[in-house]
Amino acid sequence: MTNSINDLLARHTLIFTIVVVIFSLFITFFSEPYGNGLISTSFVKTLGKTVCLCIIALAMDVVWGYCGILSLGHFAFFGLGGYMIGMWLMYERTAIIVQEAATNELLPLTETELSNAIGNQIFGVVGGYDIPSIWMFADSLSLQLILVIAVPGILAFIFGWLAFRSRVTGVYLSILTQALTLALSLYLFQNDSGLRGNNGLSGLQNIPGIEYLGQEVISIGFFWASCIFLISIFLLFHSLMKSKFGLVITSIRDNETRVRFLGYNVEIFKLFIFVLTAIVSSIAGALYYPQAGIINPAELAPIASIYLAVWVAIGGRGKLYGAIIGAAFVSLFSSWFTGGQAPDIPLGIFTIEWVNWWTVLLGFGFVIITIFSENGIIGFLRNIFVKEK
Amino acid sequence: MKIKFYIILLYAFFINLPAAAHHDEFNIFLIENSKNIIKSSAKTVDSILRDMQNFDDEIVSRFLELWKSKSLYYIKETKQVVIVNENNETFDALEIDGLTRIGNYSKKKIKKIKPNSGVRAKIDSLLVKYQISNSDINVRRKSLDSLKRNIQPEHLVVLQDAYINESDAELKTAIDRLLKFAIIKYSDSNDKKLEIIESFKGDTAIEIRASLNQLLNSSEVKVGISLPNNRNIARVIVPGFTIKNSNGTSDTTNFFNQDVEISINDAYDKLYADNLVYKKRITPEELKKILEQNITGDTVGGYSISSLDNEQSRIAAYNKLVVNNLAPPFISENKINEEVNKFIFYSIYNETSSEVTNAALNTLASINFRVQIYKYIDLLIDGLSLASIYFLGAIGLAITFGVMRVINMAHGEFIMMGAYTGYVVQQFISNHTLSLLVALPLAFIITFIAGVIMERLVIRHLYRKPLDTLLATFGISIALQQIAKNIFGTQARPLTSPSWLDGSLSLSDDLSISYIRIAIFILSLIFLGLLLFVMNRTRLGLETRAVTQNPVMASNMGINPERINMLTFGFGSGIAGIAGIAIGLFSKVTSELGSEYIVQSFMTVVVGGVGNIWGTLAGASLIGFLQKFIEWFNPSNTLAAQTYMIIFIILFIQFRPKGIVALKGRAADD
Repeated sequence: MTNSINDLLARHTLIFTIVVVIFSLFITFFSEPYGNGLISTSFVKTLGKTVCLCIIALAMDVVWGYCGILSLGHFAFFGLGGYMIGMWLMYERTAIIVQEAATNELLPLTETELSNAIGNQIFGVVGGYDIPSIWMFADSLSLQLILVIAVPGILAFIFGWLAFRSRVTGVYLSILTQALTLALSLYLFQNDSGLRGNNGLSGLQNIPGIEYLGQEVISIGFFWASCIFLISIFLLFHSLMKSKFGLVITSIRDNETRVRFLGYNVEIFKLFIFVLTAIVSSIAGALYYPQAGIINPAELAPIASIYLAVWVAIGGRGKLYGAIIGAAFVSLFSSWFTGGQAPDIPLGIFTIEWVNWWTVLLGFGFVIITIFSENGIIGFLRNIFVKEK
Repeated sequence: MKIKFYIILLYAFFINLPAAAHHDEFNIFLIENSKNIIKSSAKTVDSILRDMQNFDDEIVSRFLELWKSKSLYYIKETKQVVIVNENNETFDALEIDGLTRIGNYSKKKIKKIKPNSGVRAKIDSLLVKYQISNSDINVRRKSLDSLKRNIQPEHLVVLQDAYINESDAELKTAIDRLLKFAIIKYSDSNDKKLEIIESFKGDTAIEIRASLNQLLNSSEVKVGISLPNNRNIARVIVPGFTIKNSNGTSDTTNFFNQDVEISINDAYDKLYADNLVYKKRITPEELKKILEQNITGDTVGGYSISSLDNEQSRIAAYNKLVVNNLAPPFISENKINEEVNKFIFYSIYNETSSEVTNAALNTLASINFRVQIYKYIDLLIDGLSLASIYFLGAIGLAITFGVMRVINMAHGEFIMMGAYTGYVVQQFISNHTLSLLVALPLAFIITFIAGVIMERLVIRHLYRKPLDTLLATFGISIALQQIAKNIFGTQARPLTSPSWLDGSLSLSDDLSISYIRIAIFILSLIFLGLLLFVMNRTRLGLETRAVTQNPVMASNMGINPERINMLTFGFGSGIAGIAGIAIGLFSKVTSELGSEYIVQSFMTVVVGGVGNIWGTLAGASLIGFLQKFIEWFNPSNTLAAQTYMIIFIILFIQFRPKGIVALKGRAADD
């Protein structure tokens, strides 16, 4: 029994790792800088972003599919990660630009002049030039990277501790997480939030210090970084969920009260999973937004987090590869349909333009999957191919 | 027939006779005084204006108006004052009455009369006197309005006369008030002023506040060794520390206002401008500029350029330049503080009598106290109307979520559907009242049917899985939203309210309630009553409550739970449709209308306590009042208010997870 589980574990993770590595090599060898340029830089970026979405889908699957907490707030952590890394990217790049412009000046800039010039560049758009105190670490990459982990981690910890302690469960918890997301995005929408209001942070694709490499090389770099992080998170979650700890987690999903009666401190388990997945989401966001180039508060809107749940549900929850398939499948299809590449369907008097009707198809398709196939596409395929009971 | 004609002619003759006679006399007067009219000055015009008052009022006021508006001309040759009709190259000159034609002149021969501003002001004040005593009430009203905008000391007497002669009661009080403003502004008698200021106590009209504030106008910053004795001091100013209040007094900075009246550096510059200190302050920019001008090779004043990247070394290098007489001396921050502290900064009231200004401050304080109370009432009304909107949005949800434990994420889209129904009905029925009467039941029916269809097709299969219901209804929500976008486009559609809902009930200058808010409040009261009636007094309500408490037991008693669920869901959705019309009336109808309310609506239900109509009412009130209350602290920032409110709700749920009105007993089991 133990052996077969170990076999399965080894087989699953091995297959997954090989598939991702081959995929990455394939992309690299057809990319512009390292191959014949069959795959454009912008498509490499799209794929890199999709990989990041797969990572957060994994996190969502663990917190929802395995632990039964339908969090409608994980995309907020994703966005927070983007903001944290974006602060460093934007600050450092502006500092370089300001320093370069200052070489024409007769006297070197004083610290005040430098910070005023940077502040004016970054915050002129929201009518200010003082650098807010939340940017105090923005000149240091290492500190800002710590914040990528610390800020969402602490937020998730406080929220989770409060919520789980008072036994808020089920749909109540979902609504509460949604409220948290809404509060965060509304807060960021303000001009005096210190994060440029609805302008958000922009120019994040220009990585200070390595700009000379060009976007072609940087995009491949980020793509690889995303893939490696995906593999490590898959391995981490896979081993975690197959361990005894994972069994407790799934038991909490199936019957929380019984697990509690067995003597486990359910709250600690849930809190651990909640904080861990929040941090993973945040790191995924920190990888995503330098590829996207811009982040604004609209990205953190509650609807993004619900879409995240939709991806996982479509792929098949409670199976890690289901989450990955769902996220990749839906987000790639979405950009294909809404990007105007999909062929329109003429129906005599009426033409279905996918730009307008894709969301409708997605919505109703999702309803059908929820009703008929609880385990999403994975479950559906299983029902067809694996006829064992 | 012929006789009648003569009679009419005769009659006309006699009627016109006196006016014509007056006119001739006036013409003679004009000819006598033409020199002073053509070249008028503030000195000479007084006697003319005085003499002019002996003539017929109507003629004089007409003449004055022409004079003031620079529409009078004169013939150069004869110096006769005329009015003209402009032809292409020539002027048709007419007598002042505009009837008798004098002749056609080339443009060179006729010149415009341009009274200077001093003369015009004098003409104007006489004109006011004629207009305000005019027999036509509209003319009087109009002249009073123009007086309100620009009242001059010479109007005092005019107003006093007008007040005595005015017959219309409403106009009389308006004149009285204006007279009071004129007195406190221009009168020499402090006693009169004090009496009037005292009489203003408790009257919150905006113009009274404006007039008192005007009385409290104070000078710009003044400075001296000590405060002058004989002046009416408004405030003592501490540079970098005090703010200016609107009533002329000063205050220390506080959390809401950090905007100091004068900074220490500006105060020093003021001292320099007033020749109270003799050394000019060197600003950082000037310092930098002078350093740049004195670069020799790689150094400035012996300091290498690369070392000048901080303020201290820049000042040190600058001081080196000062020693070599290359720059004016630098005033250090300590020195600036020291100098500024030697002097006292203050401002004086334009009004010289401290008795009057104190009385004005006193009255203003009493008025502001009342205004503050009005603002609290306004806050209450704001909260109440927001609470009714939340209640309307959430009450349908309270039924489906509260009674059936079904999370309906598409609830917002039912609200949107109702609003669009209202819009479509308005396209067919142009009478807004009628279209509203048609749209309300129609919206209910359409969303009821939509709700029933959704229940039958989707929700029915997911009763045991609330989280799946949440996601499935979310799918429906995004699909419906996109369909609405495809049909109606992305731009906002108007849902116009009937004209009797426009406008507002005005209780004072600061306190008015728009009728639409009242209507929404009443509508939510009706809903509350209706729901309480349905749930507590009808068979459907009884069966619904039974199914809520124990579906198995209920079906054993002969109730069909499926049918009840279907009807309840339809009912909740139908109410959302009506709420949609109400919401659409005050905000534009867009496809995102519903999603803007959905999170708040859920929070309303959760905070209030699930499964109870009174709970929803409590939740809506708490959230509505709370949001307005937070906005009260920072009115410019509603986003922040919403953020803090949501955080409060998250914390609130921690301490009362079951909401304000929690169900007890078996019904409370999940």
